[in-house]
Amino acid sequence: MKHLKIIFPVLLLIMTLSSCNSNKSDQASDDIAVYQCPMKCEGEKTYPEAGSCPVCKMDLQPMETENSKELSDQDISEESIFNLTSKWHTEEGNEIQLEDLKGKTLVMVMIYTSCKAACPRLVADMRNIEAQIPEANLDDLRFVLVSIDPKIDTPERLKAFAKENMMDGEQWTFLQGTESSVQEFANVLAVKYKKISPIDFSHSNIISVFNSQGELIHQQEGLGVDNKETVEAILQLTQGQS
Amino acid sequence: MKTKAFSLIIFCCVFQTFLFAQTEGMVYIEGSRYLPLYGRDSTVVEVNDFKMDVYPVTNKEFKQFVEKFPKWQKSKVIKLFADDSYLSNWKNDLELKDTENPDSPVTYVSWFAAKAYCECQGKRLPTVDEWEYVAMADETTKDARVKPSYNEKILSWYEAPRSNENLIGQTPKNIWGVYDLHGLVWEWTLDFNSVLITGESRKDVDKDSNLFCGSASVNATDLMNYAAFMRYAIRGSLKAKYAMKNLGFRCVQDVNEKK
Repeated sequence: MKHLKIIFPVLLLIMTLSSCNSNKSDQASDDIAVYQCPMKCEGEKTYPEAGSCPVCKMDLQPMETENSKELSDQDISEESIFNLTSKWHTEEGNEIQLEDLKGKTLVMVMIYTSCKAACPRLVADMRNIEAQIPEANLDDLRFVLVSIDPKIDTPERLKAFAKENMMDGEQWTFLQGTESSVQEFANVLAVKYKKISPIDFSHSNIISVFNSQGELIHQQEGLGVDNKETVEAILQLTQGQS
Repeated sequence: MKTKAFSLIIFCCVFQTFLFAQTEGMVYIEGSRYLPLYGRDSTVVEVNDFKMDVYPVTNKEFKQFVEKFPKWQKSKVIKLFADDSYLSNWKNDLELKDTENPDSPVTYVSWFAAKAYCECQGKRLPTVDEWEYVAMADETTKDARVKPSYNEKILSWYEAPRSNENLIGQTPKNIWGVYDLHGLVWEWTLDFNSVLITGESRKDVDKDSNLFCGSASVNATDLMNYAAFMRYAIRGSLKAKYAMKNLGFRCVQDVNEKK
């Protein structure tokens, strides 16, 4: 039993180490390999060369350094939003997970369709960004508008909103979640929102850019701000792919 | 025979309290309407009846949780859900550092971890409104916010260092029978991200009308309640993956049956 207790976590650890390229280490830029006791007997203490742990005598294991570029298409990193497994409905009525959007650069914003104040301007900001992207890059790009108000914003309503705002093209996606999935998603984006009346929400105006692996690359905060950096981030990401 | 069965039941009950101390350790909170510091349009909010944990979740309890759900262990938690300081007062995945007490409140936990913990027990995190509702009570009154002594006590705690290392249950229990809402650690709330102040004074001076849609309608009702203001400011500055030294949590449960 005692052996099992040790063997099992070690196996798990080996599996996690070998199955993904991501790692706690922030020393990615260093080229020197770093070794650590697999049991972490001395906490986060690391050694510059291979050897055995002075406490449990196990062989020290090299700590892998992070390099997201090496990730294959199958793997997602720890920071990827594709780790969220909640289900969403698109404006076309399809059920998807965020991971289904993998492979495209994502530009995401949270809005609600009955909003009269900031959302039309946020939506305009999104269209503004889109207008500055050359057509060739649009294939690798998705603009995703996530509803803060999943009760009111049904797929039908989102579809109508898309048509009304001329955002019905292939590159636009609208998502309806549930109250808890929206909350979780907002927390991943660091978006704040509060229901202030039955039909109105107060919310942060943040546009987020994710790479094709779902990692957050850039956030633009505020309304009608200069979106040069956002556009640049998108161009860089989409050019890298094609 | 009957007495045997009876004693068995008693035994089970007693035993269960040891096993599931958390499910037992809840008290009934009778809902009501009240005026929070930051409400909807600065009006009263309604809180339904619910049950709340008497104590914050302890290190010991969190250890049981990570044993059962390895994905929340220190080395396995993914970065999307917790920053680097997650459980940084733990020696390894399953052990606390020697300086830490198992009966201290668990801290260095992210919102995602706290939420998962409560959900695994069929509970949830309290909303800001629920938490503030219970927290405005003192030992004798349900709404003690008007008493000068209430504010003084809380503020003196805010000045006391390292209170997160204390044990649970040492502050006086309030009229609901809940301990440690003040005096131990800050606590996560389910909708902490509904606090629309940035917590950064430079940003807060102008109304933030560009950062938040509709921010003008979200105003404080009682600027004298400085302690509550600090809590809201802290919530406003948090991000869900933050794990902090003095931030723990407790769970609540909805009450289905009508009273």
